[in-house]
Amino acid sequence: MLDGDHETRRHFLKCMAWAGTGALFAFNAGVGSSIGLESALAAPVRSTPSKPFTFVQLSDSHIGFNKPPNSDARATFREAVAKVKALAVKPDFIIHTGDVSQLSRDDEFDDADQILKESGLPVFYIPGEHDMLDPDGGKAFLNRFGKGTRGAGWYSFDHRGVHFVALVNVADLKPGGMGNLGAKQLKWLKSDLDGRSSSTPIVVFAHIPLWTVYADWGWGTDDSAEALKLLARFGSVTVLNGHIHQITQKVEGRIAFHTARSTAFPQPAPGTAPSPGPLRVPADQLRGLLGITDAMFVRGQQPIALVDSTLSA
Amino acid sequence: MTRAFKILTVQAAVLATSTVMMSAMATMTRAATPAATAVRIDNFTFKDAVVTVKRGTTVTWTNGDDIPHTVVAKDGSFKSKVLDTGERFSFTFAKPGQFGYYCSLHPHMTGTIVVKA
Repeated sequence: MLDGDHETRRHFLKCMAWAGTGALFAFNAGVGSSIGLESALAAPVRSTPSKPFTFVQLSDSHIGFNKPPNSDARATFREAVAKVKALAVKPDFIIHTGDVSQLSRDDEFDDADQILKESGLPVFYIPGEHDMLDPDGGKAFLNRFGKGTRGAGWYSFDHRGVHFVALVNVADLKPGGMGNLGAKQLKWLKSDLDGRSSSTPIVVFAHIPLWTVYADWGWGTDDSAEALKLLARFGSVTVLNGHIHQITQKVEGRIAFHTARSTAFPQPAPGTAPSPGPLRVPADQLRGLLGITDAMFVRGQQPIALVDSTLSA
Repeated sequence: MTRAFKILTVQAAVLATSTVMMSAMATMTRAATPAATAVRIDNFTFKDAVVTVKRGTTVTWTNGDDIPHTVVAKDGSFKSKVLDTGERFSFTFAKPGQFGYYCSLHPHMTGTIVVKA
């Protein structure tokens, strides 16, 4: 993807994003494209002015889930973490984009924590709606995974010149609505981004998609447009979400959106079933629908690549 | 009339009155045996979305989905804990009115209980 035949491969593999065995999402100067995992791995690594780095996105582990099609979400989460450990390039860290647990129980959070510790990597969390179910509405999650965060658990950090913003859109949801960021968080986001150079690469992560994937199922965030307005001036913005347990992607202006697979169970494609919820696939197909996302940054070269791979791949 | 007899009469009257009151209450209780209504939660939907009941009715919601849900009144008058598959939540509507509610996990799921006097 970094050399001369980039265009050809990009063109050929554009249609491969949904192939299911692994796809790579790249964007270069605001133009999004999809190429195959094999081609990405085969591309020669060129030396770049600053050292490239990778990080991994895990999502929707639903520790505690034990119904069809997955009687043991702990086991598949362990497999996902084993896959992270086996990556050829060791990631700098992991982000978990929420629904760590099924029911916000202490033992579920404990087990998720223990399994992730096996990776030996730092982990950055944000909550999903399943992590807000304790009597105090999210305190159990925050006490464990959200130390030093603000409000319902939002925060930002910098890593090798990239600014990471973790947003929470599962707190204080309004009747009849979808995901919600709220005025307080949006105000914080504005002050967090103010004064940053527009050339700073930005990665935003949140649980529910920050664009409307499917309103009938609540797959969107009511006030995301206000957040996206604040991000519009930046040259490179990547938005990573979970919640819908399948890969979707979209580019709008210079913002690239991507949702990750779950490590627990797949959900139907928008509108293809009476409702969202666990898709009861045959046991031999399950691991082909669960997976992880590996993100690669190559500073100075601009492409930000997201490689999705399944547990069966 | 002796003083002792007077007291006895008063006591008998009180006893008689309270007996009448108690039987009246028993009759009322029988007559107003609280109605019960069920609302199913299936496929991320409250069925039926609008349910009309008499005052004093107990409504029981049962989650039939493989995903947890909650039942939360918009005005805060009732709120279930999280309902996993097969779990139930009941609330008795003592006052007439319209009570909108939703699932706090999946807020696009909404319903209304209309309570008649």
